[in-house]
Amino acid sequence: MTQYRVLPGPEHFLPPSAASMGICLPNPGEAHINGVIVPEEKAYEEAAKQFLMAKVPTLFPGPLVLWAWNEKAAKKATAIRHLYNTLKECVQPGQTPMLIPMPDYRPKYPKINPEVEINPNHPNLTIWHNKIDCCMFIGVHCHQANLSLKIIRGGTSCYTIAMCAQAGHEDAMLSFRDASVEKIMKLAEWVRKLKGTVQPRLTSAKSGASN
Amino acid sequence: MADTHSVIGTKNKKGQTFTDTWEMMNNAPRTPSFYTGSEVIKEALRRASCDVMIAYPITPQSEAAALIGELFAEGYIGDYFRGESEFAVMSQCAGAAFGGARVFTTTAGPGTMRAMENFPMWAGARLPIQMIVTCRGINSPLSIQPDTLEIAYLLNTGMLVWHAETAQDFFDWILKGYMVSEEPDVHLPLALCCDGFFVTHTKDVVNLTPADMCLPPYDPYRSPVPCMDMECPPVRMMRDPFVMKSNYISYATHASWQQEVWAAVERSRKHTIKWINGLIETENTDTEVLIVSSGTAVSQGREAIRLLEDEGIRCGLVKIKSLRPWPGEEIREATKNAKHIIVPEFNVTGWLAKEIKATIPNSERVNAGPHVCGGMTMPPEIIVSEIKNLLGMRTMSLAGRGS
Repeated sequence: MTQYRVLPGPEHFLPPSAASMGICLPNPGEAHINGVIVPEEKAYEEAAKQFLMAKVPTLFPGPLVLWAWNEKAAKKATAIRHLYNTLKECVQPGQTPMLIPMPDYRPKYPKINPEVEINPNHPNLTIWHNKIDCCMFIGVHCHQANLSLKIIRGGTSCYTIAMCAQAGHEDAMLSFRDASVEKIMKLAEWVRKLKGTVQPRLTSAKSGASN
Repeated sequence: MADTHSVIGTKNKKGQTFTDTWEMMNNAPRTPSFYTGSEVIKEALRRASCDVMIAYPITPQSEAAALIGELFAEGYIGDYFRGESEFAVMSQCAGAAFGGARVFTTTAGPGTMRAMENFPMWAGARLPIQMIVTCRGINSPLSIQPDTLEIAYLLNTGMLVWHAETAQDFFDWILKGYMVSEEPDVHLPLALCCDGFFVTHTKDVVNLTPADMCLPPYDPYRSPVPCMDMECPPVRMMRDPFVMKSNYISYATHASWQQEVWAAVERSRKHTIKWINGLIETENTDTEVLIVSSGTAVSQGREAIRLLEDEGIRCGLVKIKSLRPWPGEEIREATKNAKHIIVPEFNVTGWLAKEIKATIPNSERVNAGPHVCGGMTMPPEIIVSEIKNLLGMRTMSLAGRGS
């Protein structure tokens, strides 16, 4: 049993992959929080709390849900928009929910515009620029999501959540698996349910993400 | 969009029924058949719903490659052709896998070495290609005979590496290998190795699954990376000077990418355990003397154990099935009682003994050998002799006639 925990960084110049530290992915019906396997229900509550505590809670939808390449993707996109709108309705003054897409995986040179997109090769730039302190990846191909999650954990203090359509992500601080429209909607319900019960970190958050 | 589960129970163009793989491998009736290892590869491929097989002749895998050509002619393989060289074959396999195909190839010895550049590329691109490696000598002077040195070169490519002992292993693991390789959290190539000739060119009884059942097709939409796109990494990174930029971000991206490949190897652990019933197999690990090996050296170890039992000496066995993922925890547990760990190998460097030494406490317990190489056989008597020497018992020299 590993003692390693997947926690907000900045962790290291080059943080290890959580899998190499013995963190395992959840089985169907489960999720993980900080690398510890939990029932999925518990993860909804924790994810909703983290969103409501954050100064800049942010959704990062990726190519799998940004483009209507099949009916399921289009429905997921609608659900994500609903989650974003729910966040906006449920946060307190001073909190700024954001919806920033990861439209593709091309390295952006000479310079990314961090206000309008995030890129898996240098996701920390978008986190830093927008002072994002809690984010959720959804619809990002697993390999690219893991690259991003490791780099974010290495260089920022942002809390990371993954709503993965496959097996989940150990490199996030909290990960769901088998993401569906229903699961996204359920997370939105949890956000609404906890509205007003969670104290935001407005005073303690110096700059959202550190460094 | 393909949905693998929706095709279960339907038939392919050859009349085979797409079958749940767990059901097919564990519950379907088996028919004992007397086949060479090469013929077993063909029979596994008949049931693998393989889209593309690319071939190039090099002994001892040539026969298997040719037999799969017959399968193509019969309509069981989507596409089949001969590449210009082993390097070309492996590059063409990448192209097919980038495009979303289930891909199979076979290689051996110098062919493996010639194509080596492609293997870390396959792993880095997360391509779940399956490659059979029928191991043979790789160095000058030329040898086509069994020798497992090439496996050592595959261990750090990021591929999954399994080492089959028997033709039965081969049949089952070809089919199960795709199930592990194609998991979205793994999605890595598999080098399924065997000792050339010993397995490929000898006949054995192999229990085959019904020929009218086949694997569900590969679903590329579960891949952790997009299908090939010139604008997407890694292709974009290959044509764009991204990798050559001298800045922290490009280095960090590449580092994170490498870590992700090895994270995927780690993730394969639970799937591998499920499908091939553990990364190792053990017998009598309460004994002070333990033979730990992989491939056909395990078979020779079994025979040595039988000979030792005749003399009242108890000896245990650990068969290592998967080299990547490496069964470190399992080996530590299995060897905790052993005072002497004998590692017989069909190669000159003893790479397996080195891996084991790096894994267990008190590594002076590891006896690296006996070794044979270059096509030599490994009579069980030399393993017996090695063990008796370690136990301080007198043995006859087997080193040379008249000695």
